[in-house]
Amino acid sequence: METTAAEKYRQLITFRLDDEEYGIETKKIRHIEEMMPYTRVPGAPDYIKGVINLRGEIVPLMSIRKRFGMEEKETDENTRIIILSSDNVTAGIIVDEVIGTLQIAEDDIESLFAHDSDTAAEFVSGAGKVNNRVITILNAERFLKI
Amino acid sequence: MNMNQYLDIFIEETRENLQNLNQSLLELEKNSDDVSILNEIFRVAHTLKGMSGTMGFSRMSNLTHTMESVLQALRNNTLKMEKSIVDLLFKCLDALEDYLESIVATSSEGSKDYSDLTDALARLIEKGTGGEETSGGSSGNSAYKTAYKTAQFELNQYEQNVVNRAAKMGYNIYRITVLLNKGCLLKSARAFVVFQTIERYSEIIKSVPKVEDIEDERFDFEFTVVVVTKESAEFLSRQINNIAEIDEVEISAVAATPDTGVAAGTAGEVADFSRKNVPGAGLFRKAEEEAAATKTTAARTRTGKTVRVDIDRLDLLMNLVSELIITKNRLEGMDEIQKSKEISSEINNLERITTNIHDAVMKVRMVPVETVFNRFPRMIRDISQELGKQIELVMTGIETELDRTVIDEIGEPLIHLLRNSADHGIEPAEARKAAGKPETGRISLSAYQSGNNVIIEVEDDGSGIDTEKIRRKVVEKGLCSEEDAKFLSQNDLVDYLFTPGFSTADKVTDISGRGVGLDVVKSKIESLSGSVSVETELGKGTRFIIRLPLTLAIYQALLVRVDCERYAIPLSNIERVIRIKPGEIQTVRKQQVILQNNVVIPIIRLDEVLGIRPKGDVPAQYTVVIARKGDKLSGLIVDGIVGQMEIVIKNLGKLLEGTKNIAGATILGDGSVVLILDINSLM
Repeated sequence: METTAAEKYRQLITFRLDDEEYGIETKKIRHIEEMMPYTRVPGAPDYIKGVINLRGEIVPLMSIRKRFGMEEKETDENTRIIILSSDNVTAGIIVDEVIGTLQIAEDDIESLFAHDSDTAAEFVSGAGKVNNRVITILNAERFLKI
Repeated sequence: MNMNQYLDIFIEETRENLQNLNQSLLELEKNSDDVSILNEIFRVAHTLKGMSGTMGFSRMSNLTHTMESVLQALRNNTLKMEKSIVDLLFKCLDALEDYLESIVATSSEGSKDYSDLTDALARLIEKGTGGEETSGGSSGNSAYKTAYKTAQFELNQYEQNVVNRAAKMGYNIYRITVLLNKGCLLKSARAFVVFQTIERYSEIIKSVPKVEDIEDERFDFEFTVVVVTKESAEFLSRQINNIAEIDEVEISAVAATPDTGVAAGTAGEVADFSRKNVPGAGLFRKAEEEAAATKTTAARTRTGKTVRVDIDRLDLLMNLVSELIITKNRLEGMDEIQKSKEISSEINNLERITTNIHDAVMKVRMVPVETVFNRFPRMIRDISQELGKQIELVMTGIETELDRTVIDEIGEPLIHLLRNSADHGIEPAEARKAAGKPETGRISLSAYQSGNNVIIEVEDDGSGIDTEKIRRKVVEKGLCSEEDAKFLSQNDLVDYLFTPGFSTADKVTDISGRGVGLDVVKSKIESLSGSVSVETELGKGTRFIIRLPLTLAIYQALLVRVDCERYAIPLSNIERVIRIKPGEIQTVRKQQVILQNNVVIPIIRLDEVLGIRPKGDVPAQYTVVIARKGDKLSGLIVDGIVGQMEIVIKNLGKLLEGTKNIAGATILGDGSVVLILDINSLM
């Protein structure tokens, strides 16, 4: 367990990439937005799609699929942007679909070790089990670094 | 009482007073006989003592108190001014600044005693006398022998001047000591009656204790005044003795000293002596203050009525104005609005008002460069002593204003350039003499506005930069092949000075020459959207020219199209826009250039730089934006001009901060984001 024992539950927002379900802690999430136009930023890393205008604030938009080494996917009516924010750094990540919120007991979270060598591993903080669903829990802070 | 609420004010005011002290000390060094400067320094020390005492900063208060005593001795001429004293006072200033910094950081003055300073000051006081303080004044010019405590004082220079002048005009000058009856109940009221009586027949130029103290009953039963009058001593004595509850009155004449150059400013006050019954016994104090004020503040600009505002509040205001402009732009772009004449004329009004608000807020944020420049005279003084060179710093245009954000950042690069000039630029006195130059080197720092830019120049009349030496270094350091180095122009060579790790200094000193410097200056200036260039002539001197935008937050920009993307280029970076035929582009040493008015301008293809797939077909005409960075011009090839507009600069956020070629972003009226090109990194 990587968090303190005092925290018995974690509040997550879960979303879907292809058929897999992922979760990010609610306290790191500022908004969920529908897909919106973005402006490409030349010279930025390839997983940065560009920047968006989030009510007057310029926010980088990130392709989580690209960052995980997955194929890019066409935007559809389910596509959402999750705005992550921590320590004054803000970024949006594009997900296939937002599923909902979920409370998960610390005891139901297992840490994953880096035995799987795929690109996504460094973003993962653990795996949660809820009613036979397995949810990959992501570390929001890791997305807020280049 | 909770003092914390006063801490901010204390810090602000102390800062101002210390700055004042710094300036006055520098003046004093040049002009050690000027009593008005001494008075000003004394005033500042006194104020600081009072303020720090009130706030409970006892060490600071103690130091200023000792300073004050020394200054008093200097004012009374019981101590002679010499260079070591000025040096000591400068050290005290440093110590006070140190205390202040500690207070800013920790709300406490810290535990440093600076006992070396207070001891040195105390030794000086011993050498002189206690001055106005009641103990043991040396006899001086006074033949007045009395047991009265209050009568033992010396006239200061100013008062003595008044006395001298009055004596010349045929007035009598007396020292009158009055002892009140010990049974007197309302002694201040009684004293008041005495003052009134004396004032009916004479003019009081000094009172011991001070009038305020007498009014507040802060005196024993005696007081002494110095008066200028037409009446005789007997007459005055009779008048005063007529008042009840008075034990003794002693009157003696005060001698005029040989005239030691009466300050011109005092003549006016002396003429007033014929006017009797001037209300207020505080006249002496007022006159002294006025004289000091007219003399010392003549050079200083008077500040108007001001309000201190937290910079955060101004930033908030600025942000709101930015939002307002964005919304206005959005309104302007709406189809419905363009159709209606009535609405669009109102929008025009709105436009005018927002522009005015913007200008007004901008002005509020403007700060004169003086706030940065004013620490430089002291710095140059210290450096010149350290280096044993004679250097004079001449500053002009200190009233030129810049945005607060720029002001906060500009100090460090300027310090660097000034140190550079002092260390590498100005030659030692012998070398200067040999070269037929005045022995004292001259560094001039000037600021002025030029269009939408503010230019700051640091110029010295020193040895200049040996560009041939740079050429050798460039090859030595492998920055350029020997073959290529031959072709480098004067300007190209000088530009190498801004390369990291590049220094031509033969010896490294504490002040500069480590090769970390000009590159830092350059990157700092460029981070402020400015540019820096150098002009130099061997043997004649060097000039660094810094060009800064007036404001950073909102500016006029040209919106250009590259393929299907739009980019904004700050108008202040643009020289002009031209159209050329493909055939006009030539290649010189692998670089595409165009020739415009006999100037070779290198071409930058924005589509390539910005990672846009170049189109296969060559258009019949290219649109070229000629951009300027310092003295350098470049031609940016774009696919079209969208228009000119006022943009509000926003940063890209921490994650994308420092992305090459991009200075930030702006939001257009339609809500879309457009990136702002960073011309400095592009060129």
